[in-house]
Amino acid sequence: MTTPKEPFRLAVVSAGTSDPSSTRMLADRIASRVAALAQERGGAVAIDVIDLRELAGEITTAIVSQLMGPKMTRAIEVLGRADGIVASAPVYKAAPSGLFSSFFHVLDNDLLIAKPVVLAATAGTARHALVVDEQMRSLFAYLRTMTVPTSVFAATEDWNAAELGERIGRAAIELLLLMESGFADQVRSESWKSYQHEYGSAGGTELDIDLSSDLMRLATGGSALKPKRPE
Amino acid sequence: MQFGVFSVSDITRDPISGETPSEAERIEAIVKIAVKAEEVGLDVFAIGEHHNPPFFSSSPTTLLAHIAALTERLILTTATTLITTNDPVRIAEEYAMLQHLAKGRMDLMLGRGNTAPVYPWFGQDIRQGLPLALENYNLLHKLWREDVVDWEGQFRTPLQGFTSTPRPLDDVPPFVWHGSIRTPEIAEQAAFYGNGYFANHIFWPTSHSKRLIDFYRQRFEHYGHGTRKQAIVGVGGQAYIAKRSQDAVKEFRPYFDEAPVYGHGPTLEEFTQGTPLTVGSPQEVIDKTLTFHDAFGDYQRQMFLIDHAGMPLGMVLDQLELLGGEVVPVLRKELASRRDPESADAPTHAGLVKAKYGDGPARQPRPNANRGDNVTGASPYQDSAPAAEYPEI
Repeated sequence: MTTPKEPFRLAVVSAGTSDPSSTRMLADRIASRVAALAQERGGAVAIDVIDLRELAGEITTAIVSQLMGPKMTRAIEVLGRADGIVASAPVYKAAPSGLFSSFFHVLDNDLLIAKPVVLAATAGTARHALVVDEQMRSLFAYLRTMTVPTSVFAATEDWNAAELGERIGRAAIELLLLMESGFADQVRSESWKSYQHEYGSAGGTELDIDLSSDLMRLATGGSALKPKRPE
Repeated sequence: MQFGVFSVSDITRDPISGETPSEAERIEAIVKIAVKAEEVGLDVFAIGEHHNPPFFSSSPTTLLAHIAALTERLILTTATTLITTNDPVRIAEEYAMLQHLAKGRMDLMLGRGNTAPVYPWFGQDIRQGLPLALENYNLLHKLWREDVVDWEGQFRTPLQGFTSTPRPLDDVPPFVWHGSIRTPEIAEQAAFYGNGYFANHIFWPTSHSKRLIDFYRQRFEHYGHGTRKQAIVGVGGQAYIAKRSQDAVKEFRPYFDEAPVYGHGPTLEEFTQGTPLTVGSPQEVIDKTLTFHDAFGDYQRQMFLIDHAGMPLGMVLDQLELLGGEVVPVLRKELASRRDPESADAPTHAGLVKAKYGDGPARQPRPNANRGDNVTGASPYQDSAPAAEYPEI
């Protein structure tokens, strides 16, 4: 294992709404576990927290008008440079909260490609347990992230069960190993072009223009017609 | 530098009076707005094209020809002409006709249209929107430059020996702007043909518009039409002006809060901070507009949206007074003093005629006699390539 020169940047996204919030607490426990493990292994982790509660107004504004406010812009910068992400949502009605989903819905499709993510959720009842794997995981698959195998779900009764700590530890080491492997950086440097992108996407950083595409040929007086078979 | 106003042609309820103007009232109002724009010294008036309520402007050339007859100086244009759902043959014909009637005081801006249901009403499919726009312009470009066009493409029936009439005024095609906010292919097409590029610059910060403007400038130079600085750039913008800043905010807020597109979303303050919108005194509008020049360099046309969201006619006319009387004269002076002598002049018909013919006479196409079928022979005009010779029978 090589010691990284710079600390890993871990972004924590929490959609908890109370203060203190169990959703945030769960995210913090995962993040600090990642940091502790990294330290044991001679590395370091710098944590940035995005508390969606503070962004609630800007998130709805972005949904109805596409306008990104200053807090959203900062959050996008944090996620754009993150080496790993912990995303934590409360479950109210058999789905991650609207605040959580809405935040990820307004991000550019390209922003999180290949980034390792731990998915976490809290709920008042264990009946919501599969929300993480059945709903949050598919959202993050759409965003083309690298979600770790272990999801962390905490219903009320889990807070006094040692197993929660074990799951947190498992998810944390999975995330750390993915960050250490440099998977996201390598995918981005070697295979970025093979993903579909939109101009100006990835928080305004995706500005490559392929001048040799079919559409570019058409833009410059070429034809969209398929070449005919010789007669 | 040309200054003007552009309207989307929305018919929106006035949130103060609660009244929604009738189509007749709004159409009458837009004519008054255009005439007033000339009166207060603006250079350009543009109208959008829409094919669904609550918009009235389905037939821009009819409206613009009427305004042309009522004005003397004003350049009439579109924002935008739909290059996707219109047959490029009809665009070539209608806008050439407008060009004749307006004595060259017109150009047009091409856009795609983003409302999926509109496309099938005209036999098209929005999923093909971009290739459709690109191919249709390729054809339009030919139709205005070649007397006789043979053409085959993916999206419309082929043309054999087709002549679009009337030929453009003085045989100089109308100037074309390609409008786009995030599609590099459109900027590339503008650059390839040496046409203008227009960034709407209403909903996004200036940094967003700058990316494609810079790309267009670079490609304009690449294709040999001139230097980057000589590329022809137009920019949109939005303002509400009052003598005193706090009055502007107070008067405009109810319209902003219920405006189509961004109403019920961001606050007026958030929106003015994050986008090119200015709501304030003439000086504030001047200052913000000068920041566009800081970002984009010399550009040729600045348009303002001032008549939407249910604002009553009187309010819009007052806006024009302030824009033409207090804002634009200062901007003209400021921008003239900052202008690089290398940068391009704003496009006009006279300028294009001069570029094509110098001081020589412009071509005036005179058709040959009707041969009964309009298709045989190669030279529809007396001065075009020699007529086909037919054997004596």
